[in-house]
Amino acid sequence: MNKLTVSLSPHVHSGDSVQKNMYGVCIALLPAMVCSLYFFGLGAAVVLLTSIASCVLFEWAITKYILGRDKVTIIDGSAILTGILLGFNLPSNLPIWIVIIGALVAIGVGKMTFGGLGQNPFNPALVGRVFLLISFPAQMTTWPVSGTVGYLDAETGATPLSLISSGQIDKLPDHIDLLLGGIGGSLGEVSALALLAGLAYMLWRKIITWHIPVSILGSVTIFTGILHLADHTQYVSPELQLLSGGLILGACYMATDYVTSPMTPKGQIIYGTAIGILTVIIRNWGSYPEGMSFAILIMNAFTPLINNYCKPKRFGEKPRKEAAK
Amino acid sequence: MKTFSIGGVHPEENKLSAQSPIRQASLPKQAVFSMFQHIGAPAKPVVKKGDVVKVGTLLGEAGGFVSAPIYSSVSGKVSKVDVALDASDTRRMAVYVDVDGDEWEESIDRSETLVTLAERPELDSKTIIDKIKQAGIVGMGGATFPCHVKLCPPPGQKAECVIINAVECEPYLTADHRLMLERPEQILVGVTLLMKAVGVDKGYIGIENNKPDAIALMTEKASKYPNIQVVPLKVQYPQGGEKQLIDAVIGRQVPAPPAIPINVGAVVQNVGTAYAVYEAVMKNKPLIDRVITVTGKSVKTPSNLLARLGTPFSQLIDECGGLPQDTGKVIGGGPMMGKALISLDIPMTKGSSGLLIMNDKEAKRAEADPCIRCAKCVGACPMGLEPYLLAQVSSQHQWEKAETEDIVSCIECGSCSFTCPSHRPLLDMIRLGKTTVMGIIRSRSQK
Repeated sequence: MNKLTVSLSPHVHSGDSVQKNMYGVCIALLPAMVCSLYFFGLGAAVVLLTSIASCVLFEWAITKYILGRDKVTIIDGSAILTGILLGFNLPSNLPIWIVIIGALVAIGVGKMTFGGLGQNPFNPALVGRVFLLISFPAQMTTWPVSGTVGYLDAETGATPLSLISSGQIDKLPDHIDLLLGGIGGSLGEVSALALLAGLAYMLWRKIITWHIPVSILGSVTIFTGILHLADHTQYVSPELQLLSGGLILGACYMATDYVTSPMTPKGQIIYGTAIGILTVIIRNWGSYPEGMSFAILIMNAFTPLINNYCKPKRFGEKPRKEAAK
Repeated sequence: MKTFSIGGVHPEENKLSAQSPIRQASLPKQAVFSMFQHIGAPAKPVVKKGDVVKVGTLLGEAGGFVSAPIYSSVSGKVSKVDVALDASDTRRMAVYVDVDGDEWEESIDRSETLVTLAERPELDSKTIIDKIKQAGIVGMGGATFPCHVKLCPPPGQKAECVIINAVECEPYLTADHRLMLERPEQILVGVTLLMKAVGVDKGYIGIENNKPDAIALMTEKASKYPNIQVVPLKVQYPQGGEKQLIDAVIGRQVPAPPAIPINVGAVVQNVGTAYAVYEAVMKNKPLIDRVITVTGKSVKTPSNLLARLGTPFSQLIDECGGLPQDTGKVIGGGPMMGKALISLDIPMTKGSSGLLIMNDKEAKRAEADPCIRCAKCVGACPMGLEPYLLAQVSSQHQWEKAETEDIVSCIECGSCSFTCPSHRPLLDMIRLGKTTVMGIIRSRSQK
């Protein structure tokens, strides 16, 4: 007979794993990926592949040669996911070397300096993106128009948000284009419908809960709705705000990053609502046309504080207070 | 359909033995009776080497109020009074009996005739509780808290209802399920006895809806008892937890420790306990046997055995086709809260609800990954705690922080470890913290 294994209960496991969750998000991003390839052609493929490959390579190299760890962490899927999300936040005509720098900052500074998976306070893909936005403002804000097929020679144009920001509201694309993807912008921003399909998949697989996406989309709708009602010549309608820029991408895939978002439903709603409000403030009164990245990074910094104050409702809490009376 | 309000998980049910009728296990050659088959003070042996005992002879008397006597389940001769390994993997004082024949004490009524409370009007609350206490009945769901203690509410507290725990939310186990299908009337009489004992006129039987046949049968039989209501519950682990069950059935939440169920007017007893109460009060039979599920994916014939206490587990496994070749782990109880056994010679006790045999592959734990802060443990915790945080502060020995984060409310159901995608041993670390914090609280109150 074999020796008996002795360990503490529970003796069974749900079968869930880090990989299942990470690759689950990757699968949820597939429809949006297909859309970006359809609308931006070769450029999208080059940027996405460069971003994914360099994120994975940097994680492997840093783990092995700088941290000196033997465990291979790249198979857990988190570096691939960071690569996809970084790529989704870039314009499709960005030179390869800038993409590689972005990946180095995302993985190297955003993730591995803190110790790797689970330790980073800020969303790595956003750290990479914001670094590039500040370092290479010209390249990061010339957007190819959708329907181009080339890479560096792509035809460029304005995005809906830059039109809003510069006051050219009358030149905005119509709602159908916003929903399906016929607009300029970074890779992952083009099709709201594809992104929402992915969100539905993640909710169904129970990879994330509804709290963060719903509170962000809800607070943006309410805030921009009030502004639009107050002065519709200056402030565009809520649905335009929702469908333009990285709002849905950010709300569904970036703000919901496990590591950098709060742990309790109450905390997640506060976090999401604050992201929504900050985004609208930056979009309307800040110097950048898009505020989603900054809003998420700012709230990432508040996550430990939110975790400290937002406790789940304990079992039996109510009667305990009654008993104290 | 009703269930409890916070958290919970749904493990694969694997009720392999649900269709297998209760079978009488054969007598052991030697039976070993641990004096520590319950929570509280151990029983004190009252026999010595060479004494001749029968089925139902007292072997150990209760060691205090929170304690229970131990009776022999076999007839034969006491071979020694010595320590023995018990199901908690600890060596405890025990009485060894070499079995010879099967002679019963004459006071025990071994007939099958059903006796109802209506036929025994002389039974009052005190008589019933005394009988239960004398018979050595403890919580049969596995917690083994002496039954009579729960029936004597502390001063100032009043019971309002009896809730029977027939949930059997642990995967694999089917002992309670089979008992309900095969002894429904006896169980119902047991419930009326428990209700009479605590002086209430409302009884509930909570059954999860993965046992539709038991729900149907119990509902049909309970129609004769207008005060007893069968409550079907949505399948959700850990619904068999006392606090979760009260929440599910009557919608009241027991406050944090030191509050107990009686604070919200509930007395909870397991369905197996109700059956034992019937036998003790109506048949004068002390607790000497119980139904145990012997199961596992590699077990030849997963079964429900009516076995005498003190029978070694190895014999029960032999009765179900023998120990499989690929055995990796043997668990006393269910897979969520059961205890891995270090030996198969351990004898079964009052709390042995199941014996689960896992193969090599199932027995291994996956390697832990870093916490990715996905918050799934927070969502799964039925007590509204934050397992990731409790595990972290416990591993860092931050006992004060662990206490303010309500670590003592943890019921050790294992939902957090079960659900963790990183396979982190959350409950292992929380147990360390909980035990330490409870020790700190105890020593503080003694000062």
